[in-house]
Amino acid sequence: MSSDTVTIPEASDSAPRPAAPVDRADGLPLLVIEPAPGWRPINLRELWRYRELLGFLTWRDVKIRYKQTALGATWAILQPVMTMVIFTLFFGRGAGMAQKTPGISYSLFVYAGLLPWVFFTSSITNAGTSLVNNQNLVTKIYFPRLMMPLSSVGAAFVDFGIALVLLIGMMIWNQTGPGIGILFLPAVIVLMSLLSVGVGALLAGLTVAYRDFRYVVPFMTQMWMFVTPIIYPTSIVPKELRWLWGFNPMAGLVETFRYAFLNWPSDWTPQTFLMSGAISICVFFVGIFYFRRVERTFADIV
Amino acid sequence: MGCPVIRVENLSKQYRIGAREVRYKTLREALVNLAAAPYRRLRDRGQRATQSDSVWALNDVSFEVQPGDVVGIIGRNGAGKSTLLKVLSRITEPTKGRVEIRGRVGSLLEVGTGFHPELTGRENIFLNGAILGMSRAEIRRKFDEIVAFAEIDRFLDTPVKRYSSGMYIRLAFAVAAHLEPEILLVDEVLAVGDASFQKKCLGKMGGVAREGRTVFFVSHNMGAISNLCQKGIVFEHGKIAFEGTAREAIERYHRTILDCDERRNGLPPHVLYHAPENEAKHDYSVTRIEMLDMDGNPKEVLSTWDDVIFRVSYCCNKEVRTGSVELSFAPVEGGRLLFLATQPDGTLPLVFTKGEHSVDCILERFPLSAGTYMLSSALAIPTVQWLWKGQDLTAMTVAPCDVYGSGYAPKASRSLLAVPHQWRVVSKASEARVP
Repeated sequence: MSSDTVTIPEASDSAPRPAAPVDRADGLPLLVIEPAPGWRPINLRELWRYRELLGFLTWRDVKIRYKQTALGATWAILQPVMTMVIFTLFFGRGAGMAQKTPGISYSLFVYAGLLPWVFFTSSITNAGTSLVNNQNLVTKIYFPRLMMPLSSVGAAFVDFGIALVLLIGMMIWNQTGPGIGILFLPAVIVLMSLLSVGVGALLAGLTVAYRDFRYVVPFMTQMWMFVTPIIYPTSIVPKELRWLWGFNPMAGLVETFRYAFLNWPSDWTPQTFLMSGAISICVFFVGIFYFRRVERTFADIV
Repeated sequence: MGCPVIRVENLSKQYRIGAREVRYKTLREALVNLAAAPYRRLRDRGQRATQSDSVWALNDVSFEVQPGDVVGIIGRNGAGKSTLLKVLSRITEPTKGRVEIRGRVGSLLEVGTGFHPELTGRENIFLNGAILGMSRAEIRRKFDEIVAFAEIDRFLDTPVKRYSSGMYIRLAFAVAAHLEPEILLVDEVLAVGDASFQKKCLGKMGGVAREGRTVFFVSHNMGAISNLCQKGIVFEHGKIAFEGTAREAIERYHRTILDCDERRNGLPPHVLYHAPENEAKHDYSVTRIEMLDMDGNPKEVLSTWDDVIFRVSYCCNKEVRTGSVELSFAPVEGGRLLFLATQPDGTLPLVFTKGEHSVDCILERFPLSAGTYMLSSALAIPTVQWLWKGQDLTAMTVAPCDVYGSGYAPKASRSLLAVPHQWRVVSKASEARVP
C-alpha cells in the first residue's frame, strides 16, 4: 500500500455511507460503493456536478411537451386561462362567488390563485411518474435519481413563467398593481418550489414501489383543489374552521401569492403563511429523505 | 505498482425472485399482504423455502484492476457479468462487500440510452451526451467528430424517430464512443450494426485502450476480447472462476463449456441444448436444439457427411412480423466457420407469434470434419437487429467418418471442412484437352 492511501474503516451495517468522492493525493477522486442501509443525506456536491444534466432533462421535458403540437407553448397559458374562464362562468357568475370578492375582478382573483396551483399539480403529477416513465435511464445509466422529479418541477417552472407573463398583462389591463405584498413573492416562490419537490420526490419513490399511485395522484389533486382557496376566498370559511385550512400548505401559499400581486384587502393572515411555510419545509425534507432511502432499490424494481 | 484504479472486495449482490419477488406491487396487494402477514408467518413456520427465494447474482467477488488495464469479462449468460457492471456503474447497490474506484467512470451498458424519438439528431446528441456524463462544452467541442463518426450529417435536424435503425445505432454509438472517462465499462454493445460499423467500433475501442485508459469489456465475442484485452476474468454462477491473461481466460471459458457433465444432467444425447429456467424471462429465446435424422427420429451421433436435421425450438412472448432463426458452428478457438439462417441467407420467412415454435434446418452431407465445435444460435429481425443471442450455447462433437475412402477420416485439426473432391495426375493427354 502506498503511503498516501488512507485506510477507510470497514463500514458497519448501521452507519450510513454516502458514495461521496473524496479527493486523494494523486488528484483523482475516489469513489466508494458499499451497501448503505438507512437514511442518507442529500449529496449536494453531486447534485451540483450534475447540474447541466438537470438543465438538459428539463429542456427535454419542455421541448417534447410542445413538439408537434399546433399551439406549441401557448398550451402553458391555455390551461390556466381556460380553467379561469370556466370558473368565472360557473362559480363567479353562477354560484355568485364574484360577490364574495369585492374590489377585484373575479377572473383575476381566480387566475392569480391558479398559477401556483397549476405549478404545484403539474410538478407533482409529472414527478410522480418520472422514474417509471424513464425506466430505461434508471436501469442503464447512473445519475442522481433526484434529477428526475427535479426536472419535472423545472419544466413546470417554465410553464409558470409563461403564465406569469399573462398575469402581469391582465393586471395591467385591469389597472391594478401590487402593493406591499410583493415583498413576499420570492418567499412564496421558494416555498412552493420546496413543497413541489418534496411531494414530487415522495410520489416518485412511492410510484416506483406501488404503481397504483399514478392513478391516485390526479384524483388526489382534484380533491386537494377544493380545500385550497382558489375558487373561493378564505373569507367564506367560517372563522372557527379557518385554522384547519392552515394545515394545507397550498392554502397559505396561494393566499400569499394573491396578496403579493393583487393589492386587495384580502384575507391574508401571517399565521397561515407561516404555517404553510413551515409545513412546506418539513414536507420537502421528508420527501427528499424518503426518496434517498428507497433510491437504491429503483434500478431493481422499476 | 501504483494504486489500483478499481478494487473490489467480497462483492455480493442478491436478487429476490419467485413468490417473494420484490417487484412492483399495488397498494391493494401491499395492504392485503400486511393484513395477512401474521397468518402467513404461522403457516410458513418450519417451511423456510429460502432456496427459491433469492439468487446471488454476484457471490463474494474480489479483484483489482490497475490503471491502463484492458480487462475482458467473459462467462455464460447469467454468470453475473452484467450485474457486476451495474454495480460498478452505481446503478444497483451491492448487498454485501465494497468497491473502490479511482477516477471518472463512463458506462456503456446500452447504446442510445435516453434518446427521445421526438427530438432531432442534433438535440439527441446533446441530451445523450449529457446523460452519459459529458459537459455541454465537451459535447460542443466533439460535435463535429461525433457527426462524422455516425455519418448522419444530412439528417441532423430530423427527428430521430425517422431514422433507420442503422442510423440510430450509429448515432448512439458515436456519442458513446466519444466519452473520455478514465475508466470505461462496456457491456456487449459492440454486437450491433453491420460489419463495417462493428469494425469501426472495435477500432475506436482499441484506440481508447491504447490511450492508456482502463477498460472493462464484457462480451461473448472471443475475437474482440483476445484482440483488445490483456487481462481476462471468467465468471461462473456469480463467482470468479479464473483471472489471468485474456488468452488463458478464453481457454478456461471454453473448457468450461466443453465440460459436458455439468450441464448434461439427464438430457438425452440427441438434445444439444436445453435452455436453463431463467432464460424464459426474455421476450424471445431459443429453448431447445436437437439433432434428428431424415426420418425425424432422434440422432445421437453426428458424423462427417451425415444427413441431419437440426431442430431449433424457440419461445416468443411478443410478436414480430419478420423474424429469423440463426444457427452457427465455430471452432473451439473462436472465429467463424458455418453460419445458417432462415433469412436473409435462407429463404424461409417467419412470423414470430406468441408461444413455442420450432424450425428444422435440413442439412445434407454435414460438411464439418471430426472434432469439437461450439454451437451458437440467435433470433433476429433479418438484417436489422438481434432479438436474442446465444453465443457458445454448447460444445458439439462430430464423429469421424472415412468419407474419402482413404482410411483417414478428416479431422478438425487438419481441416475444419470436409468437401467432396478428387485428385488426379495430369497426363499428356489430359493436358492437351485443356485450352
